[in-house]
Amino acid sequence: MNKNKSIIGNIFHKNGRALGSMGYFVLLMLVFLIGAPEAWMRPNLHQSVFVMLPTLIFLVIPLVFLVASGEIDLSFASTYAVAAYVFAIMVKAGIDPALAIIAGIITGAAIGALVGALIVIFRLSSLVASLGMLFLLRGIILLLTESRSITIMEIDSHWTYSFLVGNFYGFPMQIFWASLFVIYCYYLFSKHVFGIHIHHVGDNSVSAEQMGINVKAVKIKAFMFVGIGAAIGGIFTTLITYTFFPTQGFGYLLLALAAVFVGGTPYWGGLGTIVGAVFGVGIIAYMEIGIIAIGWSGTWRQFFNGLIILLALLGHRLHGERVR
Amino acid sequence: MKNIIELKKVTKRFGGITALNKASLHVNAGEVVGLIGDNGAGKSTLIKTLVGVYNPEEGEIFIRGKKVSSWNALKARESGIETVFQDRALCPQQSIVWNIFMGKELRYPFGFIKEKEQINEANRLIREIGFTSKLIDAESPVGNLSGGERQGVAIARAIYNNAELIILDEPTNALSLNETQKVFDFVDNVKKSNRSVLFIGHNIYHVYDISDRFVILDRGEVVHQLDKKNIGSPEELMKIMRDTIQKH
Repeated sequence: MNKNKSIIGNIFHKNGRALGSMGYFVLLMLVFLIGAPEAWMRPNLHQSVFVMLPTLIFLVIPLVFLVASGEIDLSFASTYAVAAYVFAIMVKAGIDPALAIIAGIITGAAIGALVGALIVIFRLSSLVASLGMLFLLRGIILLLTESRSITIMEIDSHWTYSFLVGNFYGFPMQIFWASLFVIYCYYLFSKHVFGIHIHHVGDNSVSAEQMGINVKAVKIKAFMFVGIGAAIGGIFTTLITYTFFPTQGFGYLLLALAAVFVGGTPYWGGLGTIVGAVFGVGIIAYMEIGIIAIGWSGTWRQFFNGLIILLALLGHRLHGERVR
Repeated sequence: MKNIIELKKVTKRFGGITALNKASLHVNAGEVVGLIGDNGAGKSTLIKTLVGVYNPEEGEIFIRGKKVSSWNALKARESGIETVFQDRALCPQQSIVWNIFMGKELRYPFGFIKEKEQINEANRLIREIGFTSKLIDAESPVGNLSGGERQGVAIARAIYNNAELIILDEPTNALSLNETQKVFDFVDNVKKSNRSVLFIGHNIYHVYDISDRFVILDRGEVVHQLDKKNIGSPEELMKIMRDTIQKH
């Protein structure tokens, strides 16, 4: 093997999954561009994607950490609503919205810690336990709100609104915050002790434990991070729409998980890609909006969602089996 | 002689099974102790208890003469004890450098990793251990390595941390002759630098060659301890071991 080839091979090996997701994203864009160039050139199509995209970013990126640690969580879709509810009722009660945001995020972290503790300490299956939490939390929200939404128009005049989701010379602020979040998480995942321990725990938790890593603590922190991400996502959505809906977030459950896997993070733990997940979110967000935008009937949407997810997963298969 | 670690009457149970029964063991500075016993005698359980992976139900652990409470794997490593576990304790999907620094990463404040420094150190270590392939560098995943190379990574980790006591659990298992010799050379080097080794093996010839003292374990109990100077040959050690176990 000549040296040049091995350098390219190395780059591909290290970033293959992220590059793969980028490839599918570019491909999807090309299909839409060729299929409906006029619709694709309209800026309002991309604007509507950009409303959805940041929320998904806040949900999906922490999930990459959790999946890489060898666990899964479904309850985030309800945590999303619980945190937004805490935020909304505090704002309604006249409490400073900045405090309400912090309270919402703490709520998310606390729910994450609870889910994590159930799974790690009481050794419940993460899939089933978080499924239970998903319904339980949603049930609590529906009972507390009596299925009514809460409107918080008063937030419009507060600094937090323009700071977090306002317009900065036509640029939605949430895109800026989501980008910052991605950059932070990229470093956290691959250059920080927390992210590195996530990799070790997901790869081989016995080895990690033998080397003195506190496996339980790492996993609980990963669940807390998912709770925090869900809370931020829920609060942002509530801010953008001035409204808390009791069903908020439910539709994101499967889309967010799809974005993680389409983004190139394998389900078996020990590996993950933040950059890939961003493209995964791009694929999911454009897929949702793009199919309608290019003039196909909405009835095609689910079909195409499924097709794109399966094709992406088949593509990621090329990066190989799990090494042991 | 100063002892680095001492276990006193340690009992460890798994459900109804007593894996260790009032086992006592110590390792002095600068000596190589060979821990021998049949399969299932409790050798691995003993060392996992020693290094804090398992919590014993009864017994005491002393580090340099001081009793320790709430002993765990991280504390063991911080006290200068490194272990090359039987299963190598590696993460195959991660790079060599991440495996070498697993659990003891070189950190900046706030927990970010000194990436360059780690890579340089890892590259130096794998050359020192004798990785010759140019295709393997510190950033290659461990899953691409052979059994001997994986053992090399586990040993590199123990070396890097400059441990006072290195525990090797069946280190020559599944290794070629050449690789086995490398492990012996490594033990010799550690001994020369006046550090200690606890060597676990079921190949009596291997254990005999490099140890100063032998500890025989049977069904979770330490049944005999003897110095090498009192034995003439590995065959004699084998006979003593067989006799003690039969009487036990």
